[in-house]
Parts: sequence; structure tokens; C-alpha cells
Amino acid sequence: MLKLVASRLVQGLALVLAVVVLNFVLVHAAPGDPVETIAGASGGMDEKLQAELRAQYGLDRPLPVQLGIYLGKVARGDLGYSYFFNLPVSSLIGERVPATLALVLTSVLAAFLTGTTLGVLSSRRPNGALSQTINVLSLVGFSAPVFWLGMLLVILLASVFPVFPVSGMRNIASDGRGVADVIDVLYHLVLPAFTLGLVYLAQYSRLSRAAMLDVLGADYIRTARAKGLSERRVFYKHALRNAVLPVVTILGLQFGNVLAGAIVVETVFNWPGLGRLAYESVLRRDYPTILGVLLFSSVVVIVMNQLTDLCYRLIDPRIKTT
Amino acid sequence: MFARNPSAIAGMLMLSVVLLVTLAGPWLMGADPFEIIAAPMTPPFSDEAMLGTDYLGRDVLTTLVYGGRATLLVGAVAALLSVSIGITLGALAGYYGGRVDAVLMRVTEFFQVLPALLFAMVVVTLFSPTLLTITLAIGIVSWTGTARLTRAEFMKYRNLEFVRAERAIGASHARILWRVILPNALPPLIVSATLAIGSAILFEAGLSFLGLGDQNRMSWGLMIGASRQYVLSCWWAVAFPGAAIFVTVLAVSLIGDGLNDALNPKLRER
Repeated sequence: MLKLVASRLVQGLALVLAVVVLNFVLVHAAPGDPVETIAGASGGMDEKLQAELRAQYGLDRPLPVQLGIYLGKVARGDLGYSYFFNLPVSSLIGERVPATLALVLTSVLAAFLTGTTLGVLSSRRPNGALSQTINVLSLVGFSAPVFWLGMLLVILLASVFPVFPVSGMRNIASDGRGVADVIDVLYHLVLPAFTLGLVYLAQYSRLSRAAMLDVLGADYIRTARAKGLSERRVFYKHALRNAVLPVVTILGLQFGNVLAGAIVVETVFNWPGLGRLAYESVLRRDYPTILGVLLFSSVVVIVMNQLTDLCYRLIDPRIKTT
Repeated sequence: MFARNPSAIAGMLMLSVVLLVTLAGPWLMGADPFEIIAAPMTPPFSDEAMLGTDYLGRDVLTTLVYGGRATLLVGAVAALLSVSIGITLGALAGYYGGRVDAVLMRVTEFFQVLPALLFAMVVVTLFSPTLLTITLAIGIVSWTGTARLTRAEFMKYRNLEFVRAERAIGASHARILWRVILPNALPPLIVSATLAIGSAILFEAGLSFLGLGDQNRMSWGLMIGASRQYVLSCWWAVAFPGAAIFVTVLAVSLIGDGLNDALNPKLRER
């Protein structure tokens, strides 16, 4: 068991390393460099100042040396300084993580619970009305672009019927403290979380329905029924537990997609999270921040993957440990 | 089987309409989607513009007709790219097993871990957003699902008797891979390819929405993204292009679903 955890850890670290190296190579392989961007943004800069800036940012050293320096810094948790904000990247990320976390956790959790419930309920009558509705909804949820849905929701629920705020995380006038603030944030969270969750709601309901139908056809369910167990017991105690497995697995492995969705949703709703930071840094060619966010998200995804894998092996005794 | 599936037929009809409009429309219309034709934010169903104009005065209808080209082109080619990479790597991994499989699986895991949108954003920004770079970026991040599927299929087939028989009579590995196993493994891969088109379209729309698409080509995502700040006063510039994306991806998904039902007899019994 410990061996398994250790090997997963090593694998994870190797992946992280590969990601870091890849980012570094990519960013420095592109034409132009950040000093040029800064020079352009400040309306021109004389050569000497450019050279000085380059030296200061370490851009004049050979690439492998820069990579080595970067790796060393990352190992110590130093992700460099943002060209734009002149703040440490790690603190920028740290600032934005709670917002994104709130958004992502709320939407995924809500989607998972609602979706699984709907899927399971609809599997009782595989061809019934609920089933068909879920099928249609999940198709819609998958095919509609997230940002479009978000903006339609804004129009409907923030403009035509002004129920929810249009954007942002807090009321501009608020002072950000106390219970009132929590309520304010939650109020602002509804639309973005709903938008982000809609896609996954569709997916989970479809998946859990398929999983339940799969499980219900198995031999042990037949045995349970033959033993005389009540239908309800067969359904919830035996079938449901086994059907939840694939959904949980997908939940864990889909984290990369959730981050992508978060980027778009945060842009639409002006939510001050990591996704929007990434987007703005990309536009500003703020390389340290881009690299930092990419690294951070990759690490999160890797951790989620390994955790899901471990959980899956723990829950399902049929999987042999490799 | 496919012909009896009503939603699949609906999907095909929708897709045909979209393709017709996208391919024939620009030729028939002869307009420039970037041209300012009326007052900004003219509402739809007015005399100057059937579907209204956006915040600059560009015609939304022209956008719909012209925007499909970039989106569909990128979607189709990127899907082709990702499926090709996926099938190749998956087939090799599933067939050879052992060391080859382990290495290829590491590579697959690496690409799966990369946050797709973020990575594509970085690539597109670094190498200037043209249709080519967008297509490449989308293709590079999307192949892992197909690869896993192909690998599973090929692992299933490589130990079957008819494959062993081929080995016994001295068939080369290449022949076995591409002319014996692949035709048999094709059905789920076709379904996967169809869905890949859908997600590639959505991916391109997302990139254009964020302003990272090709700025010289009108695309549906571009119009939505450009009109984002004016959505409360100018909803038609957002609603209609988005609906176009929705209909297209829905059509492709319905077709994929229909194919899945047709080619996968086990599921039909449910």
C-alpha cells in the first residue's frame, strides 16, 4: 500500500517536472521577449535600458542556465515576479485561488449531486419521461458553448429579471468582512456556478444513468432479487454503490476540463479568480505568471488524478495493484 | 438502423443546413462581415439588418453566414489531427504492449494532465493566432481520449485467433495493425471522431471568444467575444452566433450518438 502511494508520488513528480520543462521551452521558443513587450507598452525604451532589464530578468543568460535557475526557484516555491504587477507570482496565484476554488467546488459538487440523483432516478424507468428529458438536457449541455449559456443567463436573470448581479464577486461598496460579505459572495456566486455546473450536470446525469443501467443488468443484482430482497434495497444498497464508481472516477479525472471551463466562466462574469488571471496574463505576455498558473493547474490536476486513482483502487477490490 | 433513429436524422438535417449556409452562403451573399452597414446596435428584424447589428454596426446575419467557415474548417481539421495522432499512438501502444505501451502511456498521461484550454491559449498567443496555429494547438491537446480508446480496442483484438493466425502465416506487423485490426476496431473510433469534431468546434469558439482566434477571419466565437461587454444592450449579437455554434455541435453530437447506437448493438437492447 505504502509502495503504491510512493510510486504514485514519484510518477506525479516526474509529470510535474515534465510540465515545467515544457512550459519553459515553449515560452522561450516564441518570437519576441517580454522586454520588447514592456518597451512597447511604455511607448519606447532606449537600448541601454532594454539591456539592463534583460540582465535584471536574467534573459541574457543561455537557455539551459535559465531553465536550471527556474527549476531551482520552483523547487523552493518561488515562481518569479510578474512582469505586469511586479508582485511575486505565487502571491498573485494565492490571492486568486480562493475565488476559483469557491466557484469550482460549488459548481462541481452541485452538478455531481444533482446529476447523480437525476441519473439514478431516471434509470428506474429507462424509457420514461425523465430519462428522455435527461438525454435531451445532457445533449444540450454538452453542445452549447459555456460562455454563451453564461451570457444568456446574465441576460435572463440579471437584466430582464434583475434577480442576480451581472458580474463580479462582491458589491463594489462592500467592505469584505463578516457574514454579510459571505452572503454577498454567495449571491454573486449563483450565476457563475450555475453556468459552470450546467455542463457537468448534463454529463453526470447521463453517466450515472448509464452506469446504473449497466449495473442493474449484472448477475449479482439478479441474485439479490432472487433472494427476495425488496426492490428498493436492491436498487439503493446494491446497485447504486457500484454505479457510483465510474462517476466518481470521471469526477476526479475531469479536473483539467473544469479549470478550462472556469477560465471562460470567470471571464464572462468578471470573477476575480485564477482563470481570469491566466487569461489576462496571456494577453499581456506576462510570462512568469502564465508559467506559474500553468504549473499550478497542472500540479492540481496531477494530484487529483493520483488521488482518484488511489481512491478507485481502495474502493474497488477487484483492481489489482500494479 | 441509423436511418430509423429520429434524432440522428434530425442531426443530419441540421448539419446539412449548416453546411449549406456555410459553404454556399458567402458565395451567394458577397458581403464583408467586417463591414459597417448600419447604425450600431440596431435591433433585429429591422429594415437595415435582418438580425440586427453589433456594437460597431456590423451585420449579424452576415456574421452567421461567414463565420461558419473558420469554425467548421478549424473544427474538422483539428479533429482529424487529434484523431490521427490518437489512433496511431493508441494502436501502437495497444498492439505492442510492454515497454512501448508504458512509454506511450506516460506521454498520453502527460498530455492529459496539461490544462487543455490554458495550454492552447499559451501556444496560440506565442505563435501568433492564425487558423493554422489554432488548428495545431487544438489538435495537440485533444488526442488523448481517442488514444486510450484505440489502445483498449487494440489490446482486445491482438490476442484473438484470427490475428494470431495472421502472425502465423507471416504477416508483417504493419499489415496486421492497419489492415486487419483497425477495420474491426473502427466503429467506436468513428463515434469518437465525430464527437471530436464537436469538441474541436467548441474549443475554437472558446478561443475566438477570448480574443485568441484569428482576428482577420470572422468566426462565431469572435462575434460573441467582441460583443461581450455590450450584451445587456445588444443581446442579438451574442444570442444568434451562439445559437449557430449550438446547433452545429448539437447536430454533430446527434449524428455521433446515432452512429454509436447503430454500430454498438449491445447498447440497443437497453
